[in-house]
Amino acid sequence: MANPAAAAGPSGGARSFLQAVSTVTEEAPSPLRVVQMEGLAVLKIIKHCEEFAPALVTGQLLGLDVGSVLEVTNCFPFPMREDDEEADADGANYQLEMMRCLREVNVDNNTVGWYQSCLLGSFQTVELIETFMNYQENIRRCVCIVYDPSRSNQGVLALKALKLTDSFMDLYRNNGLTGEKLREKKLSWVDIFEEIPIKVSNSALVSAFMMELEPESPVSQCDFDRLKLQENMARKAAGEEPLPEEDPSNPIFKPIPEPSRLEGYLVTNQISSYCNHINGVAGQNFNRLYLMKALQED
Amino acid sequence: MAAAEGPVLLFPSTSSTSARVEAVVVFNICDSYVRRPDQAERVIGTLLGSVLPDGTVHVRNSYVVPHNESPDQVALDIEYHHNMYASHHKVNPKEVIVGWFSTGFGVSGGSTLIHDFYSREVQSPIHLTVDTGFTRGDASIKAYISSNLSLGDRHLAAQFQEIPLDLRMLEAGKVGFDILKSTIVEKLPNDLEGMESSMEKLYVLIDEIYKYVDDVVEGRVAPDNKIGRFISDAVASMPKLSPAAFDKLFNDRIQDNLALVYLSSITRTQISIAEKLNTAAQIL
Repeated sequence: MANPAAAAGPSGGARSFLQAVSTVTEEAPSPLRVVQMEGLAVLKIIKHCEEFAPALVTGQLLGLDVGSVLEVTNCFPFPMREDDEEADADGANYQLEMMRCLREVNVDNNTVGWYQSCLLGSFQTVELIETFMNYQENIRRCVCIVYDPSRSNQGVLALKALKLTDSFMDLYRNNGLTGEKLREKKLSWVDIFEEIPIKVSNSALVSAFMMELEPESPVSQCDFDRLKLQENMARKAAGEEPLPEEDPSNPIFKPIPEPSRLEGYLVTNQISSYCNHINGVAGQNFNRLYLMKALQED
Repeated sequence: MAAAEGPVLLFPSTSSTSARVEAVVVFNICDSYVRRPDQAERVIGTLLGSVLPDGTVHVRNSYVVPHNESPDQVALDIEYHHNMYASHHKVNPKEVIVGWFSTGFGVSGGSTLIHDFYSREVQSPIHLTVDTGFTRGDASIKAYISSNLSLGDRHLAAQFQEIPLDLRMLEAGKVGFDILKSTIVEKLPNDLEGMESSMEKLYVLIDEIYKYVDDVVEGRVAPDNKIGRFISDAVASMPKLSPAAFDKLFNDRIQDNLALVYLSSITRTQISIAEKLNTAAQIL
């Protein structure tokens, strides 16, 4: 499987540009409160991630850093990674070329982070942290957008904006991830990642077009997915078992070599996000079941 | 040779081509129009996608190409076009050039020249126009193919023929149009909120059908067999289970889900204990 996080790391060629960018954003930092994404960027990310699922893919986010709001106005995908040095150089060239081309047509030419797809919410990896540290060296304000294609089949728009907390980054930089230091700083597993709320914005032009073009039907694919009505009903009618709600191949059960403190924290994070996920799914299931019950009684 | 047979006016054979456009393409075209250079009247660019087995052109991606236009000539940045295509090709080799787009209403003067260029890139390209100026007061998106009108072997003109365009944008339906329609959405819906809105919509639909059926029964509305059949199909799609069998199925599933929630709560407790143990070591 491709290694998503490492592929997203700024490579040698891109660094000079990123450094140039970082000098612009050198003013006093105010905390990041909201990531404001354009509908275009959302659609592009989803398109890329869905097309290649279940393979994991990454891409670069472009936008503007405006006070406590980070605007993501566009993005572009990275090609699938191949594991040799030539491909690395190729990737760097691709990135520069793409940035140059987009600048020519007035797209915001400012890297604000990267996006990546994940499976069943398992994005908490050491690679992601390393990529983050790499980006952070050059851009003060950067986020990682995580999209989970496996959940879109349930009618959930599984987009998340993440950053590392400052206290964790300090410790990580100074190799302070020993039990003692972690306790000293009172840093627990919840303090590694910080989720930032996402806002979606669209230009008035796009909004006007969508108002006119939206299909007449009052229900969307999304509603069908959420209610999961069609398929399971048909199966039940045919006397078959309903489809399983979850993918049974769960990637968490891979063997973990030599658990370090960091890995432990990350795994805890992962488990906690699985728990959230399970609760969400169970909540949806309860709703669906009571809906079926109501229908059956009518 | 043609002259010997006498001049013949050749009309192009009507083809059954149609096109399908995804929302991301419309979004990108609108965005590039908003970001167009000063004084530029329109933006044009390349459409990428694939041709489906039934001949439908599926437009899935696009990028803008810088150009300059004066009344009698069009300059297209061909190098830019090729670079961009090469870059897109690296990411997704399955997406090939299928045509080009332009903003504005309908086909305009310089379009034949640009279309000629794209005809050399790909056989029978489509031309998509997006009326970003709302010149007719509505959001008009149209697709054309072009064919040559010739008299004998003399080329007379190029004819642009409108083809059917599917604007359902099925892939955007997965995201939900709610977040794509308004200029600002404060928060993405989570699992349960999404579920709630879907349930509400279902409620409204059921109420509407109730009202319709009542109206028909009371004679207020003329019955329509087609709608009647749809309703009966929908009702028939509910599996007929005996109350006992349904109760069992229902209760089993509820139990399963409760067990899931229970296990996840235990796991959470486990996590908090681990955290406490971590801090307890400090006191010792």
